[in-house]
Amino acid sequence: MIKIVRALLVGTLMSLWAVAAQAALTIEINQGVEGAVPIAVVPFGSSSPQALPQDVSAIIAADLQRSGRFAPLPANDLLSRPTEAAQVNFRDWRVLGVDSLVIGNIEPTGPDSYNIRFQVFDVLRGGQLIGYTVPATRAQLRRVAHQIADQIYEALTGERGAFNTKIAYVTTRGSGKVKQYELQIADSDGYGPSTVVRTKQPLMSPTWAPDASRIAYVSFEKRRAEIYMQDLRTGSRSKLASFSGINGAPSWSPDGTRLALTLSRDGNPEIYILRVADGSLTRLTQSPSIDTEPTWSPDGQSIVFTSDRGGGPQLYQVSAGGGQAQRLTFEGNYNASPDYSADGKRLSMVHRDGNGNYRIAVYELDTRMLRVVSEGRLDESPSLAPNGRMVIYAASDARGVLATSSVDGRAGQRLTFQEGAVREPAWSPFLPK
Amino acid sequence: MRAIWKPVLLAFAVAAVSGCSSMGKKSTTDAGAETGALGDGATTGVGVGSGTFQGMSIDDPSSPLAQRVIYFELDSSQVREADRAVLTNHAAYLKENPQAVITLEGHGDERGSPEYNIALGESRAQAVRQLMEFQGATAQQLPTVSYGEEKPAVDGHDESAWSQNRRVELIYPGR
Repeated sequence: MIKIVRALLVGTLMSLWAVAAQAALTIEINQGVEGAVPIAVVPFGSSSPQALPQDVSAIIAADLQRSGRFAPLPANDLLSRPTEAAQVNFRDWRVLGVDSLVIGNIEPTGPDSYNIRFQVFDVLRGGQLIGYTVPATRAQLRRVAHQIADQIYEALTGERGAFNTKIAYVTTRGSGKVKQYELQIADSDGYGPSTVVRTKQPLMSPTWAPDASRIAYVSFEKRRAEIYMQDLRTGSRSKLASFSGINGAPSWSPDGTRLALTLSRDGNPEIYILRVADGSLTRLTQSPSIDTEPTWSPDGQSIVFTSDRGGGPQLYQVSAGGGQAQRLTFEGNYNASPDYSADGKRLSMVHRDGNGNYRIAVYELDTRMLRVVSEGRLDESPSLAPNGRMVIYAASDARGVLATSSVDGRAGQRLTFQEGAVREPAWSPFLPK
Repeated sequence: MRAIWKPVLLAFAVAAVSGCSSMGKKSTTDAGAETGALGDGATTGVGVGSGTFQGMSIDDPSSPLAQRVIYFELDSSQVREADRAVLTNHAAYLKENPQAVITLEGHGDERGSPEYNIALGESRAQAVRQLMEFQGATAQQLPTVSYGEEKPAVDGHDESAWSQNRRVELIYPGR
């Protein structure tokens, strides 16, 4: 049950990003998720004489479906297509078995501007939950559709939606010794990619600043690992770390003033904290083994990282001020690449199972339960959505593709780069209003 | 003497050409990354000019120095017993040629976390460096770089590819 939606090459140039748009990702959404709440998203009406450049209600339905929490009714199964409250007959919708109903209308207010009205109904109670009218320019239609999906998600689950967010990732073209690497940024559903940096040497480990205005990443463009920081509005960048040996695994502190990172300048790989303003360094770990892949707790008080001090790679937690590290994971003999959820409740990681498969697992910090949420053989680089309900990761069997999954492992989508491989995803924080 | 100089001149010509082509592309793409491409060309040039050609043996395919890759077990940075002799020969070369440099390039297979594989590749390169230091080479002669899983020697998603990708390459400049 895989429906393929082709990504459009979006012609609108987003002024936010420095370099022009590149070839888009192809998106496959998994359908038919057990336990998802049935919902109807009726195609929005429009009095616009011209066709709209974006199918707003389809974007909303795809977002809700991707979350794994909702199962939108296929448009062909709708008995009626109301666009305003007076046209809604709740009995029809109860017959179809949907719990919630979304309707809307798009009214042109100028040559390139619209008012989008949407309403969400509780079908069982027979009443409206929320209703708003949102203005949007033509170029903003996709973003506003994601914002509406966030509103609907929050009204129905009580949790903040994370559809109006971005993802960063690295594409690779070519083979053998002639390759081209690009760090790109796209919407959370893979649309509208733009290039942040392009090199002939590997790019790795993008990490978002908490306000989503900057990105730090590892580049091998000088034939060695160095960490750069780049402003996404201006494209200007600066070198943050270029010590001898590894300069890797950057992770931005929640207050945006520091980066945790891995350096091997004093011998073996250790975790350091770098102050962005003056470049000053504090060493956090002291062990003769590998310490790498730091991720900050959202309160900034501690750091979780990967270490093989116990033999194989496992996750450990240490105070951001230093001190003794505590081991967190004990299930299996390979747990690495942690990402802390923004609510501090869970960690995503790479977990090797008993059959030698590398899969994405989610670890609940209160119950200490580890749950495998992916099904691949070579899954890696998990990054949690800012609401902590979905995880994006790289599935690198055969060719590199990106995949998302809900943290309970129920739903997802795959993002495929037609011209090569795509890896190293990083989900952005919530975007500023 | 003639046999030695021919490859040197050739390498220099290649370096010059690649330098030119990098420069030619500079204007077409964003500046920062292309600076890196220019640097690549320049590095090759320095290697060629650094005067480490006294011993003919490094260009002789039957020399003990011809083996320049050693391989590792999964999750391990321990040098295998059988590879120690290989490293001994290269260490002896460095000891005899104090100006010579060998870059130790650590790599891993594609499985698991990319940044952990960078760390693992670095640990492998450092394990090799440590052994060669014991045998008389100096740390300054043995810079390390880890590419983790980013530059596989062999494409493929099975053990035969993976076992060839878990490696340290001994890179003589300009070769």
